[in-house]
Amino acid sequence: MIGKRLRCLNRLHRWLPVVLVLAVVLPGLAPAADLIVGQRFEGTGAIVLDLASPLNPAVLAESAHYTVYAETDPDIKLAIDRVRVAADNRSVSLLFSEPLNTTKTYVALAQDLSPGISARCTVTKPYFGYLLSILISALLVNNFVFTKYLGLCVFFGTSKKKSTAKGMGVVFTIVMVVSASMSWFFHRFILIPFHLDFLQIVVFIGLVSLTVQAVDTILRKVNPILFQSFGVYLVLVIANCVIIAVPLIMASNNYSYPETFMLSLGAGGGFLLALYLMSSVRERLDLANIPPSFRGLPIAFVVAGQFAMAFLGFSGLQLF
Amino acid sequence: MANDKTPLQLVARGILNENPIFRLALSMCPAVGISTTVMNGFMLGIAVFFVQVCSSVTISLFKNKIHPRIRIPTYTLTIATWVTVIDLTLAATMPAAYAKMGIFVKLIVAFAIITMRLEMFACKESVHDSFWDGFGMGLGFMVGMMAIGFVRELLGSGAILGHDVLGFKPLLFFILPCAGFFVVGLMMAFFNWIEIVYKRYRKVKS
Repeated sequence: MIGKRLRCLNRLHRWLPVVLVLAVVLPGLAPAADLIVGQRFEGTGAIVLDLASPLNPAVLAESAHYTVYAETDPDIKLAIDRVRVAADNRSVSLLFSEPLNTTKTYVALAQDLSPGISARCTVTKPYFGYLLSILISALLVNNFVFTKYLGLCVFFGTSKKKSTAKGMGVVFTIVMVVSASMSWFFHRFILIPFHLDFLQIVVFIGLVSLTVQAVDTILRKVNPILFQSFGVYLVLVIANCVIIAVPLIMASNNYSYPETFMLSLGAGGGFLLALYLMSSVRERLDLANIPPSFRGLPIAFVVAGQFAMAFLGFSGLQLF
Repeated sequence: MANDKTPLQLVARGILNENPIFRLALSMCPAVGISTTVMNGFMLGIAVFFVQVCSSVTISLFKNKIHPRIRIPTYTLTIATWVTVIDLTLAATMPAAYAKMGIFVKLIVAFAIITMRLEMFACKESVHDSFWDGFGMGLGFMVGMMAIGFVRELLGSGAILGHDVLGFKPLLFFILPCAGFFVVGLMMAFFNWIEIVYKRYRKVKS
């Protein structure tokens, strides 16, 4: 009995990394232009353009040849501080006096670099990196429990034991990804085309209930052993604010599907991480000698506060 | 199942004995997240109060028509409808306060306290009693939020409702977002301590 259950868990664990890798790699392809073959941000102060062939360095170095603006407001041209030409004359760095917002898309125009030839290209962070940054942000920087203060009822309720915490976290992540995907579909193809935006809350909570009910029924029939170990947490999932917060964030930011997927994965993973950390501490708290008035929830809140302060350290973390 | 409590007792129970925040420890998210000032607590309190009273009355009205097997989805959809009403109303009439509360107004739909009251009370009792029960619970939530907001605003910025009363800032730390956990934990411990002292006092007396 126990062996079977372990094998089920193993199977689940074995497939998770594959799904993760596929989800990250598949959408990671970016387009390129003609004269300019490559463009990227360098830190937050520079844009690097790679050229197809070497050109005259004296022409390349004149900042008047370049125009850069954010795609959202084309009227505001960014002030180019100076232009640095690489030694092989095949790449230029445009240095800006003010820092760029690397989450935005910028348009770079290069005029008359060689007589009569102009080129236009859009500079964005690599899509792959952008997706990963959404994941990392939901997982650590904006952890839903410790920096957004969501899902606390379930968080304090199920973080007493490590095994419970793990089960809850995994079930939660799965339900989260499924329901966020469905919410994205409904939002994009039904709510927006028919101008039913005001029904967001009703539709999203309905979808969440539906997902929980569906996972419950399917799991009961398909894999009774897994159901026995995880079924109890399914009911709790529905009382969690995070599960409705993710579709709402998705709707207000107008995310595309890969972004929604990463956000929900990050939210679920972040919740799992928070539960695991908290349960490790609470197992030790059981052995400690705590003043009577602090026993139970009050000390748990104080510990959570310390975790929240620790998670402040992640703010400003930027990997890509 | 008849209810033998008067409206006054029902309201008092919501505020004191079964205070949603301090006694039942439900719907902690807003209590930690946006209780930095008394005003924030009051605004979200109003929204929760409205949703709680309206859903209690609605469910109580239709309690005989709802099949027991689909009662939870019915509760959820009823709450979602009323949350949509208050969400759109607040967004239209008080955009500044609404912006401060952010996503929390929409999240009322997932607050455990409202579903719990519907399940425990409104689906069995008369409309009149359900109204007063919802009234008490909503008020209890508002009082809890305002109490936390009071402590945080007074100690964090030395002010109440935006008016400077202390003239200095005793503990600036309390106004930080992550201090919400500490304040709620300390307040809970404080109420527990009062209870312990009170019990000891009664024991000594008897």
